[in-house]
Amino acid sequence: MTMTLTNTGLIDLADTTVREANATLQAATEGAFTLANPGGKHALACGLQHPVSVTIKGHCGYYAGGMNKLAEITIEGNAGTGVAENIMSGTVRVTGDASQSAGATGHGGLVVIEGNASARCGISMKGVDIVVGGNVGHMSAFMAQAGNLVVLGDAGPDLGDSIYEARIFVRGSVARLGTDCVEKEMRPEHLEFLADILTRAGMEADPTEFRRYGSARQLYHFKIDNAGAY
Amino acid sequence: MTDQSNPPGGTPRTTPVKSATFDDYTLSEIRRAAATGIYDIRGGGAKRALPHFDDLLFLGASMSRYPLEGYREKCETEVVIGARHAAKPLVLKTPITIAGMSFGSLSAQAKEALGRGANAAGTSTTTGDGGMTPEEREHSNKLVYQLLPSRYGMNPDDLRKADAIEVVVGQGAKPGGGGMLLGQKINERVAAMRTLPEGIDQRSACRHPDWTGPDDLEIKIAELREITGWQVPIYIKVGASRPYYDVALAVKAGADAVVLDGMQGGTAATQNVFIEHVGIPTLAAIRPAVQALKDLGMHRTVQLIVSGGIRNGADVAKALALGADAVSIGTAALVALGDNDPKWEDDYRAMGTTAGAYDDWHEGNDPAGITTQNPALASRLDPVAAGRRLANYLGVMTLELQTIARACGKSHVLNLEPEDLVALTVESAAMAGVPLAGTSWIPGQS
Ligand SMILES: Cc1cc2nc3c(=O)[nH]c(=O)nc-3n(C[C@H](O)[C@H](O)[C@H](O)COP(=O)(O)O)c2cc1C
Repeated sequence: MTMTLTNTGLIDLADTTVREANATLQAATEGAFTLANPGGKHALACGLQHPVSVTIKGHCGYYAGGMNKLAEITIEGNAGTGVAENIMSGTVRVTGDASQSAGATGHGGLVVIEGNASARCGISMKGVDIVVGGNVGHMSAFMAQAGNLVVLGDAGPDLGDSIYEARIFVRGSVARLGTDCVEKEMRPEHLEFLADILTRAGMEADPTEFRRYGSARQLYHFKIDNAGAY
Repeated sequence: MTDQSNPPGGTPRTTPVKSATFDDYTLSEIRRAAATGIYDIRGGGAKRALPHFDDLLFLGASMSRYPLEGYREKCETEVVIGARHAAKPLVLKTPITIAGMSFGSLSAQAKEALGRGANAAGTSTTTGDGGMTPEEREHSNKLVYQLLPSRYGMNPDDLRKADAIEVVVGQGAKPGGGGMLLGQKINERVAAMRTLPEGIDQRSACRHPDWTGPDDLEIKIAELREITGWQVPIYIKVGASRPYYDVALAVKAGADAVVLDGMQGGTAATQNVFIEHVGIPTLAAIRPAVQALKDLGMHRTVQLIVSGGIRNGADVAKALALGADAVSIGTAALVALGDNDPKWEDDYRAMGTTAGAYDDWHEGNDPAGITTQNPALASRLDPVAAGRRLANYLGVMTLELQTIARACGKSHVLNLEPEDLVALTVESAAMAGVPLAGTSWIPGQS
């Protein structure tokens, strides 16, 4: 069931089901919505595919903004596991912290975590840009295929394990690089990219303070001599 | 005839004896491993002899039950999959579906042929570890879209185009293992669909990136339903290992249907040691799975789709009699398209193998044009003719299934039941939970 309001309005999850709220948001083709009282509910504002703007007033459960296309979603609070998983385009912003697998497998768009992100941030990312204001947990950018992970704080162990062609930028320390992930030279185009994405993410940081990490491309082929690397 | 062991005038000798433990195959594999330093990777399923459907027999009707007339009385085959939560469950004309096999592991021609064959038979096909191609969507009236750990090519547009969604937790050939597609098959198109560099050896993840257990999976499924508006069924596919618990947890996680794939189930590419030594036979997996559904009051509400070594209508009938709602075929469908056809024997010989044994599907040199991305080889497969062959084969299997069901007096194939079966071996009697033929003995139960 879709609520009557179409292109703008307040949806109060205290008296609306997640299904009704999502159906309303998914049907809207434009406009601005506020989701009140999210109460840690799961799968909020997922599967949106039009350029609507959604502000969620509070903490969300799992998969908030999942598979987003075109929409601009802001979570004013913390987000549970898999926020913006498989995002295609648009923006998902979390003003607090994010749990595991933030931006997992995202193909495009921008994910901004103003606080910290937990383990596996950007796991298997496929083109999304992720900017984390704080720290990221272990195994972030695990198997990352494409896109950029920008971390203003520190990164936990095994960063970029088995990474493919994604790029990682970290301003703070890296506890330990994962298998086949190496530090790479910062060239002018990387500084330019950082300046731009930091602006888009609304973060203040000096691009020259970041280090870049990426794939050594030593494990792209199945060779017996690689077996010991795992 | 001369007895070599007793040469005239010499000392009698025993004939040379080869070891059953170190047989020729084993010796050759040790030599191969020693020479190359890498384990054997291949396609297909477990090749060793296992307790299977051939170890079961139907009793047929006689004095105590009466049969249906073979060519006159109706024996329905239609099954509905996914009505537990989905507004639009899948209605299949035959309970035989086409299993998930990716574009990438298979040529575009082979995927198209699978769609054509399935359409003609009124059943479904399934995508695979690599996403949905526009061609396969176009050529499959009922298409199941897989959500795999790798999430290659996963996107919400294709998700909304799917007629059902299958969350792949595991595969019978490799429960606990991820996909594999070696560089020879990662051409430009396959690489682009998977966002990978061309020509790399792809080893997919074996765990999903954004959920870790059945409690998480329940939430993941809720998200998929939210994105698709609770319209289409959601299946969970598991490799057969602990079927009672896996099926119970799949039901708890909210599945509309469970796909249970036994160790004979094919794969596009996996380590031989994994294929032959991990997981349990299809036959052994069905009864515990059905028991889990019954214990939860979900048998026939959550459908059980069984795969792994299904070859003919008798296999289908036996799977259904043991409590499955439908079956799925991979290898047999490829054979119907033309895989391992003796007409390519010269090509197989050139690769050091023979028709019927060719399983280096990962290398992409399939002479039949099926498990390849080589355009010249792929063009050998005419998708229309191959689709026709698959349709014929599905039709034959369905007729065979009906033949057996009628003989057992069933007006619907889903009315087949364990009481229609007996077993030829103690092992199969124990696994299938049916009596050893000629006795009332069910090992472990009576
Ligand atoms: C060439 C090939 C590719 C396959 N690709 C996938 C896949 O992408 N995803 C999946 O879940 N299973 C895959 N499978 C397994 C099948 O879906 C199915 O479980 C199996 O083939 C059933 O057993 P059968 O081959 O004995 O019929 C593949 C199997 C084959 C033969």
